[in-house]
Amino acid sequence: MAKIRVPTPLRAYTDGASDINVAGDTVGEALANLVEQHPDLRVHLFQDEDLRSFVNIFIGEEDIRFMQGLDTEIEADDSLRIIPSIAGGNPPRCFGGKQIAGEEAPR
Amino acid sequence: MTTLHQRYADLTNDEVKRYSRHVIMPEVGMEGQRRLKASSVLLIGTGGLGSPLALYLAAAGIGRIGLVDYDVVDFTNLQRQVIHGVSTVGLSKLESAEARMLDLNPDIAVVKYNEPLTSENALGIFGEDWDIVIDGTDNFPTRYLVNDACVKLGIPNVYGSIFRFEGQLSVFYADEGPCYRCMFPEPPPPGLVPSCAEGGVLGILPGTIGTMQATEAIKLLLGIGDPMIGRMMLYDALEMSFQTIKVRKDPHCPVCGIAADAIELIDYELFCGMPAHDHSEFSSVDETENIDIKTVTVHDVKSALENGDDVVVIDVRDPHEWDISVINGTVKIPKPDIQLAKNGIQGGRRMWEETVLKDIPKDKTLYLHCRSGVRSADSIAFLSEVGYDLEKMYNVEGGILAWADEIDPAMPKY
Repeated sequence: MAKIRVPTPLRAYTDGASDINVAGDTVGEALANLVEQHPDLRVHLFQDEDLRSFVNIFIGEEDIRFMQGLDTEIEADDSLRIIPSIAGGNPPRCFGGKQIAGEEAPR
Repeated sequence: MTTLHQRYADLTNDEVKRYSRHVIMPEVGMEGQRRLKASSVLLIGTGGLGSPLALYLAAAGIGRIGLVDYDVVDFTNLQRQVIHGVSTVGLSKLESAEARMLDLNPDIAVVKYNEPLTSENALGIFGEDWDIVIDGTDNFPTRYLVNDACVKLGIPNVYGSIFRFEGQLSVFYADEGPCYRCMFPEPPPPGLVPSCAEGGVLGILPGTIGTMQATEAIKLLLGIGDPMIGRMMLYDALEMSFQTIKVRKDPHCPVCGIAADAIELIDYELFCGMPAHDHSEFSSVDETENIDIKTVTVHDVKSALENGDDVVVIDVRDPHEWDISVINGTVKIPKPDIQLAKNGIQGGRRMWEETVLKDIPKDKTLYLHCRSGVRSADSIAFLSEVGYDLEKMYNVEGGILAWADEIDPAMPKY
């Protein structure tokens, strides 16, 4: 089975698991299997049936956008990676609300 | 790659001695060290990443180092922002950093920009003869701004980013490779980025990534080694693993795929759906934007708990925060769990009674608190979407921090 590496920001939706074995012959099938195992991940990866534009999937060191996208075939020993977009330890939730006096802003 | 510049500055005998461990290496030599002295590097941010960057680039003899920041040193910065110290808490980060840099190396010049980086001032600041810009910011809007301005002006952008135990490093130099947008065409929407309690960063992590950014800057300036152009290094501190992936130039990139003259700096806060600046009053995204949330004070919470009123007080902070401080008598349900339950119910995957929400009665008055009042307001918004009455829910103003200030001064604050 191929393996998918889930980055820290998304592990909240995989019960903390970082490496998940997935079934499937293509990237799309593997990701479908992943969100079947962890349904709360779906909204973070997919918009309807399409991969969200900010989600980067790599096989080894290659970006699937420059291969055949979700149709890219995978081997059983392939390692897939979801590369997160990260900006810093200052979580955007603190952007979400009104500024709280004295709220420290890590940077 | 081509070298960034061919300027050289003469070294004094004292400087030759100071940099002797550089000069004796053929890859640097007198020529390289003279080139470093003639170099200019602009650092965006003097926080976690900016601290090691400023220290090591000053020590390495970069002749002119610019700093962009508008913040003041906070006590809680010191867990990772090692350029500052207890003696400079409350001072401008620029003043604090400059003093430390010049103590380390008085032969360099420090240029200070005591202002937030914005679409209005970025081209002016970046245009003041910087060979390299180093992105040490902590938010998406500023990262896109730094990228676009660098692409437009043809300046290499040494990128480093950190989150919890993970770090990323790359060099985005559109003249010779991809830019930040080729890899990350657009930011995640605010609702899909890690929440409040999921933030945080290992204090050493910005040291690891920041020193690697400094290394890349020196390599670019000396024209030695293989720069991280077209590659991104992924670091996982828990595994102590490094993996390099390829970053390809997107021929259709909306920024580096068009002529530099045509690149326009946009409203990056609007683009990312979040404010760039911590101290900004402005907030374009707000879970609670369109609803009116009632509030109570910590004194109301105290009397409700003491009088056994028919009120349920809910602590929506994360479990590890409960170890720091708790208000006795509260029900503890983390905000992410409330959000997941709400998503599950709305998506038809879960029934209300199958979720954590079964512990939150619908017929009672609810007081919700977190650390400072942001997550609890979001939680009220979530609950209101799945059948809870907004009239019965109250946000505890100032959260447990207000409790520590006004009710229990012995309680630790964090």
